[in-house]
Amino acid sequence: MSVDQVAVLGVGMHPWGKWGRNFVEYGVAAAQDALTDAGIDWRDVGFVAGADTMRNGYPGYVAGATFAQALGWTGIPVTSAYGACASGAMALDAARQRILSGMCEVALVVGADTTPKGFLKPNKGERGDDPDWLRFRLLGMTNPAYFAMWARRRIDLFGASSDDFAQVKIKNARHGLNNPYARYRKEVTAEAIAASPTVSSPLRLLDICATSDGGAAVVLTSMDYARKHLSSSAGSADPLVKVAAISTVTPTFPNTILEMPNFATDSAAGISRPDRGFKQAIGDSAYAQAGLGPDDVDVAEVYDLSTALELDWYEDLGFCGVGEAEKILRDGVTTLGGRLPVNLSGGLACFGEAVPAQALAQVCELTWQLRGTAKGAQAENAKVGITANQGLFGHGSSVILTR
Amino acid sequence: MSKAKLPAVEGWFTMSPSDDTPRPVGADPVALIGTRCTESGTYFFPPERVMSRAPGFSGSELVEVELSTRGRLWSYTDAQYQPPEPFEAPTDPYEPFCLAAVELETEQLVVLGQVVAGVGIEDLVVGMEMELVLGTLYEDEDTEYTMWKWRPVAKSTAGGEA
Repeated sequence: MSVDQVAVLGVGMHPWGKWGRNFVEYGVAAAQDALTDAGIDWRDVGFVAGADTMRNGYPGYVAGATFAQALGWTGIPVTSAYGACASGAMALDAARQRILSGMCEVALVVGADTTPKGFLKPNKGERGDDPDWLRFRLLGMTNPAYFAMWARRRIDLFGASSDDFAQVKIKNARHGLNNPYARYRKEVTAEAIAASPTVSSPLRLLDICATSDGGAAVVLTSMDYARKHLSSSAGSADPLVKVAAISTVTPTFPNTILEMPNFATDSAAGISRPDRGFKQAIGDSAYAQAGLGPDDVDVAEVYDLSTALELDWYEDLGFCGVGEAEKILRDGVTTLGGRLPVNLSGGLACFGEAVPAQALAQVCELTWQLRGTAKGAQAENAKVGITANQGLFGHGSSVILTR
Repeated sequence: MSKAKLPAVEGWFTMSPSDDTPRPVGADPVALIGTRCTESGTYFFPPERVMSRAPGFSGSELVEVELSTRGRLWSYTDAQYQPPEPFEAPTDPYEPFCLAAVELETEQLVVLGQVVAGVGIEDLVVGMEMELVLGTLYEDEDTEYTMWKWRPVAKSTAGGEA
């Protein structure tokens, strides 16, 4: 059931960091870069979609309108999407639907965030019916505690070691060394990782991504519009990168993997487990839309909230068999120069997480990889790229780009 | 005067479980309260009270059940840094604690919980048998807020297993 394509005509990012300024500023800077990259005037955009942030008050909940107002009202329709870490993919999908349904030709998608220092935490107030509030109150289950639970499974089931996890960080740190948008641009040694304090066993501070400020934006257009636009030679979209898939799937009952922010998994006592788990279904849905499979992928950006989680994604996206992720990492398959480099941007290890911008940042990076214009680590002759992430409360996010 | 004991969350566990629930040695009894979808046979925890979440069984009756108080350790970790609000640290200065995800065989689900104080990461192994005990989440001047916690069965005082 492959789906019609739309074009990625422009991408832009505001550098990640801990700038402490208003998130709107990052989003606007990213949007302007994306419009310039596309060679499109804001007044020619027919639809704007914002990926929401929950940490910056009302303007964050209505991010689409916030960015539209900041760029200058033009009367176009708007949407704002929230799916936690998957927000960017949801906003992107809304833009794609507008274009594929013929309701507009050019859409702008923007996500940006300003994050506080330390653990991400729920909004204030007594909210005894909110599982995200209750997991902190009743358990003290932070996000890293969930990451650690999954990491421990790799150790127990597959014999993974802390050094395997460290190798993910070392690889991503090298990849991100020259990425001007990355917050951390420094080599990291195994010794430094081993010497960093344990946050939630087995994960140490340097296994877990930071939280950052940042912004990313994407200009999507119809294929017809892109071809006409490029023949008039505006913009820098050469070769033209296309969106072949956007997966925003939810889990299938019973979801028997412990998910953030839940207290328990679904029960498999009455209804048998689906053949493929939720994280696998995220990639499966993207592959099906694109009419492609894992063997076709040349480059990937996956959500390394923790080092160990990057390894889970290798298996969930079908880059290797279950339990083989450590081996393909050690063999250099996922390093620059390998068969399938993963997180050439440096990943969250180098960026830190700016939640609503992150899924879009993955798309920006893959666009540069496919064009061959990445400013940092550049894959050789990549034609197909896939992103993957997951937002808490059951949000899948995967985008496949081709050229 | 002893403090009043109040559950830290309403309706998710009982401090007076049924008589056939195994009694943990040296700890007050406790059982998690779930619901069971009578037609599909699936369980829900925290208890689903509105309708069954099993697709196709929305009309099925939900009955309240006590969940198994023993299971196998699915995974575990600890909290070396004090979790942010609304977490209430029971001690000052903060003392790290372990967290366990325990798989219940009958219900075929995994339930999280804090591990009782005094158990460290080095005491835990995936697959080991764990049991539910009543613990204190935090206290104020006149109330002790209780919460279910997990502990390794091997950690129990020897003998007298009910």
